[in-house]
Amino acid sequence: MSRPLRAALVAAWVALVPALSIAQTLHIGLAEDPDVLDPTLARTFVGRVVFAAMCDKLFDIDAKLAIVPQLATGYQWSADGKALTITLRPGVKFHDGETMDAAAVKYSIERHKTMPGSNRRGELAPVSKVEVVNPLTVRLDLSAPFSPLLAQLADRAGMIVAPNAAQQEGDKFGNHPVCAGPFRFVERVPQDRIVLERFPDYWDKAAIHFDRIVYTPIPDASVRLANLRSGQLDLIERVAPSDMPQIARDPKLRTSKITEIGYQGITINVGKSDLAKQNPLGRDPRVREAFELSLDRQGIVQVAMDGEADPGNQWVAQSSPFYAKNVPMPARNLARAKALLAEAGVPHPSFTLMTATTADAQRIAQVVQAMAKEAGFDVKIQSTEFATSLNLADKGQFDAYVLAWSGRADPDGNIFSFDACKQPLNYAGYCNAEVDDLLKRARTAPDVPTRAQLYSEVAAIVLKDRPIIYLYHRHWLYAYTSRLTGLRSIPDGLIRVQGLHFE
Amino acid sequence: MLTFVARRIATIVPTLVFVSMLIFGLQQLLPGDPAKVLAGEEQDPAVIAHLRATMHLDKPLPIRYLYWMRGVLHGDLGESQRSQQPVTTLIAEKLPVTLELACLAIIIALAIGIPAGVVAAVKRGSAWDYGASVFALWGLSTPNFWLGIMLILLFSVTLGWLPASGYVSPFENLRENLAAMIMPAFVLGNAIAAVLMRHTRSAMLQVLSQEYVRTARAKGVSERAVILQHALRNALIPIITLGALEFGTLLSGAVLTEQVFTIPGFGKLIVDAVFNRDYAVVQGVVLVTATAYIVLNFAADVAYAFVNPRIRLR
Repeated sequence: MSRPLRAALVAAWVALVPALSIAQTLHIGLAEDPDVLDPTLARTFVGRVVFAAMCDKLFDIDAKLAIVPQLATGYQWSADGKALTITLRPGVKFHDGETMDAAAVKYSIERHKTMPGSNRRGELAPVSKVEVVNPLTVRLDLSAPFSPLLAQLADRAGMIVAPNAAQQEGDKFGNHPVCAGPFRFVERVPQDRIVLERFPDYWDKAAIHFDRIVYTPIPDASVRLANLRSGQLDLIERVAPSDMPQIARDPKLRTSKITEIGYQGITINVGKSDLAKQNPLGRDPRVREAFELSLDRQGIVQVAMDGEADPGNQWVAQSSPFYAKNVPMPARNLARAKALLAEAGVPHPSFTLMTATTADAQRIAQVVQAMAKEAGFDVKIQSTEFATSLNLADKGQFDAYVLAWSGRADPDGNIFSFDACKQPLNYAGYCNAEVDDLLKRARTAPDVPTRAQLYSEVAAIVLKDRPIIYLYHRHWLYAYTSRLTGLRSIPDGLIRVQGLHFE
Repeated sequence: MLTFVARRIATIVPTLVFVSMLIFGLQQLLPGDPAKVLAGEEQDPAVIAHLRATMHLDKPLPIRYLYWMRGVLHGDLGESQRSQQPVTTLIAEKLPVTLELACLAIIIALAIGIPAGVVAAVKRGSAWDYGASVFALWGLSTPNFWLGIMLILLFSVTLGWLPASGYVSPFENLRENLAAMIMPAFVLGNAIAAVLMRHTRSAMLQVLSQEYVRTARAKGVSERAVILQHALRNALIPIITLGALEFGTLLSGAVLTEQVFTIPGFGKLIVDAVFNRDYAVVQGVVLVTATAYIVLNFAADVAYAFVNPRIRLR
């Protein structure tokens, strides 16, 4: 090889290498295939994982669940709590070049509120009017004070879509979503992949270090892990707890975890249908108390979750400022449980525990069955396919139901729909006027201490009536290649791409 | 011949109508409310009502059937309620993937099963025969799911030779396509190879005891020609029928393997649709499969008639 040619090749190599090393793709393995990618219509948890890279929100939450600005720069509540003024980040562009301003925010919030089939309508129900104050300021007028609103705006209800694209695409917007997030939509092959590419005009582009993200849904946890080990994937979510020790021993992999904002619990039919009165568990609070006392939460966590959960007795974890300290977690007490059953006149109550067909749900049911048996309960396990169980729960055709909730940043999202009268997720059929009043007041109270006080009053009643026996808060478990750094664990379980990069 | 074809077509149309009614009717027996399943975590009553209206669940069953048939006759199989993609697009996307997988699996099955069966029959009672029987037993008794994961662990995780998952179109990159398909095709083909081997062995044993084989040997035809030209060709007829049947089952029966290797195929499409109560997808996929079977049957009938004039006259 001649010397000039060699020199030219070396020069070309030197010029190319940095370019090659910058063109990077992040492969993420998801536990499910998301539903439609339209923030207004979206209905699943896993969809939110994809939105986190594609659609920025007015606000976000941090690791301590505090509200932090994203597309907004700040907010101000009016004195009466019935107007929220939001200032917007200047110079933000949507993926199609349209400017993100107050008019776009007004459009998006109105779309969330009025589009047929919108899943955001309920979250934004108290918003009566959206007013453009100036191009970078927008005011939301409320029919009544509503403190969970900021947390709603830190989730899908706060995602701002590009008005022109949304108007053009109508209800097909989810096939080509256009937002203002760090990555823009490229293509989606259902059940196979969702491909996003870096948006060069992103407002926080310095935090973005990948050119592409490819999401691959792989429902089976061991297959997901095998793909990570073989290098097909760089990051996987919802690792099986039993795989964690093995991953920890692998020098090529790292793990990370954080306690969820949701919970795993057992919902008891206390008034959803006539079945509630026929079964001692639904009929008599003493039997429910005995059932709770027969359970060893730490034991359930060890056996069903390989220790990857925090035991809990409330709708929020013990670390939350809204945890009611006046109702601590009861320890297992078989003697007291047996005494309560004797007092209730049913020393050997029998009931059916409905569970999903997943391995974890079955394990929980089996551990609960064994523990409750020691107090005298005869628990029959009924594993039911999800769609069927949903139907049975809604009709009240169950005694008890193992049910998890993915959780919301504001405590209201973890209790209102479950315990207020006639709410859609109130499968227990629980209805108590005093609780209803307290829950409504907690929604309108402006500050954390007042709300925490109201929730402790709710806890004092609800945790005695036991429409739901809370068991634990799972850990969100991630595993990723040791080349990847910058993964932030946020309790909502979503993967923030800002700051993620290969070493 | 023309009357025969016309008569057969005349029976196809009512069959298809009947099948479509059956698909539609049976699906209603699935427990659970599709609107509730699709409404997601929040179970907002307004969303459920909207979904009911868009899926015409608020209308009586016959009217819903007519809505669906009207679409079908216009070539519109409806839209997935979960992903909002047209069902025809989904089918056009997934069917070729599964077809390719099924073809490769059958090729592998034939390549392993027939030679193994022939060797086992020719060397009956020898170590070869026992070896082939053990292989067949292994192939039949190994669950696809387990074998798939083991292959991934060996070839993708430990050796790093093949990708663990993912599908690449052969038109995009044939090499990567084959790299991704070889393991799932082997897993599927392995079980079928075992069946084919057993059948080839017994068919060969039967044929080898026939008099024309003895005659051929007596004439001094080489042993190789006796086995490959005289015996195997006659033994192959039931094997080919069996292979064709297995191919049909592969189209919808590759679900577990598709799941392990995350191959976006037909089986995965319908299983997910059933769990999500995505009625339009379930109806569309089953209708397409049923139509394919009916049309293939028709083609076979016509082919028989073409070959054998007696069938035409019946």
